[in-house]
Amino acid sequence: MKKALLVLALGAALAGVAQADTLKKIKDTGSVTMGVRESSGALSYTLGDGKYVGYHVEICQRVLADVQKQLGLAKLDIKYLPVTSQNRVPLVQNGTVDIECGSTTNNLTRQKDVAFAVTTYVEEVRIAVKADSGITSIAQLNGKTVATTTGTTSVQLLRKHERANGVDFKEVLGKDHADSFLLLESGRADAFVMDGQILAGNIAKSRNPAGFKIVGEVLSVEPIAIMIRKDDPAFKKAVDDSIKGLMKSGEAAKLYDKWFTQPIPPTNTKVGLPATAATKEAWANPNDKPVEEYAKK
Amino acid sequence: MASWDWQLYCTDMVTEEIAPKCFGAPGYETYLDAMIRGWGWTMFVSIAGLLVALVAGSLIGVLRTVPNRKLAMFGESWTELFRNIPLIVQLFVWYHVIPRLFPVLDLPPSVLVVIAIGLFTSSRIAEQVKAGILTLPKGQRYAGQALGLTLPQTYRHVLLPMAFRIVIPPLTSESMNIVKNSAVAFAVSIPDLAQFSLQASEQSSFVQIFLPVTILYFVSAYAINRVAKVIEWYVRVPGILGAK
Repeated sequence: MKKALLVLALGAALAGVAQADTLKKIKDTGSVTMGVRESSGALSYTLGDGKYVGYHVEICQRVLADVQKQLGLAKLDIKYLPVTSQNRVPLVQNGTVDIECGSTTNNLTRQKDVAFAVTTYVEEVRIAVKADSGITSIAQLNGKTVATTTGTTSVQLLRKHERANGVDFKEVLGKDHADSFLLLESGRADAFVMDGQILAGNIAKSRNPAGFKIVGEVLSVEPIAIMIRKDDPAFKKAVDDSIKGLMKSGEAAKLYDKWFTQPIPPTNTKVGLPATAATKEAWANPNDKPVEEYAKK
Repeated sequence: MASWDWQLYCTDMVTEEIAPKCFGAPGYETYLDAMIRGWGWTMFVSIAGLLVALVAGSLIGVLRTVPNRKLAMFGESWTELFRNIPLIVQLFVWYHVIPRLFPVLDLPPSVLVVIAIGLFTSSRIAEQVKAGILTLPKGQRYAGQALGLTLPQTYRHVLLPMAFRIVIPPLTSESMNIVKNSAVAFAVSIPDLAQFSLQASEQSSFVQIFLPVTILYFVSAYAINRVAKVIEWYVRVPGILGAK
């Protein structure tokens, strides 16, 4: 038994070893691994066949083009690796993924393990319900079943809210966003609490978009950022500078518009979520503050 | 690697504050509370599933060996149906498809999961029970009937007591499998150990959550193995089949 534990511990320790110099790694290998999500709304999603697109994916592609220029590489091979809520932090930590372009909340817990570029998108956690349910605020969820997705910060948020306001609801956790939305769609849950853009995206893609509504107060505001390895200031600077450039030139706003208010593939539906004041504020004053600092306001 | 923080388990999952007691402090839910709750779900699904599997599996296994061809065919079809479809697919069928086709069967998710895991495993148990019965010499069946026993009595008093003793080892292994297979319950929103580990590791240290969860799965399956060993020892008959 002791030996088995030792082997496990050794494995964990090895996984913690990472190359800290990402720029050198990119230069030496001529390739870079981008972590992407299969379905994180318009931020990062797959079109199938190994193709990944979205607002964050496109920002990362611009960033990597700048990195390529900075390094003077003739060719940069971008490898796309789909990651999940559960494995994205360890994969960045152990060097498998060089830059994660999904929908990761910048928080203090994660900052112990990884670093974040400047916030590119500020998420608002909202409630989606069936349009005919008559629910318009979280207070009405008393006695109802509320779905959210395992492995997300929304779970903790929901529990906090439940405890603080004395609202008593049953919580059910879907294994991914599609699953949680199915819980709402099939009536197993009365509401789905999640990031606004994920709700909007799922509703837009559903068979009957008019049947669902995003209602109620904003439960929390979360800075979403591109994730990179910790203790690599040179790479962080390269990424940050590139993103700040996009923000300054207004390019970031254009990209946002492209993915969030225009029809997007594969079904050419609109997410229909104009940039919020909080997101615009993050573009005007680029920062990499964690969610905890947003909560203080 | 981060140092091992024992206080993590006494920390409230919601506020990230240390609770006055690690376990069962009112108004708090520590990581330990949540882990034990998840483990409870895992064990509930496993044990209830095992009961369904043992009852259905034994019945179908017996049916497959009776002289009546129609009953035997029914048993064969049952076994082939449930063992040729992946467990996760069966789970989704029970959870999403059947309640829509038959609204009467809109049972709570936990019941549907127990049915799915139980019936999936029943086909495997049926196969073993059948093998156990067929292993017995044909003469035993004839002897039973020559004594004037009816067919059910022959099974009850002659065939099954021996057959079940023979199949205890594979049944043990099946019972352990059910604990491991129960992790699919997470896919239909049962807050079991698998779900706990994914949620908690998101909020906190990966290693510190997954290591105890792995050990809990191991301990649970191994406990079933030990119980089965005791049963095996208790029911053995001196002079036959591996009994010393």
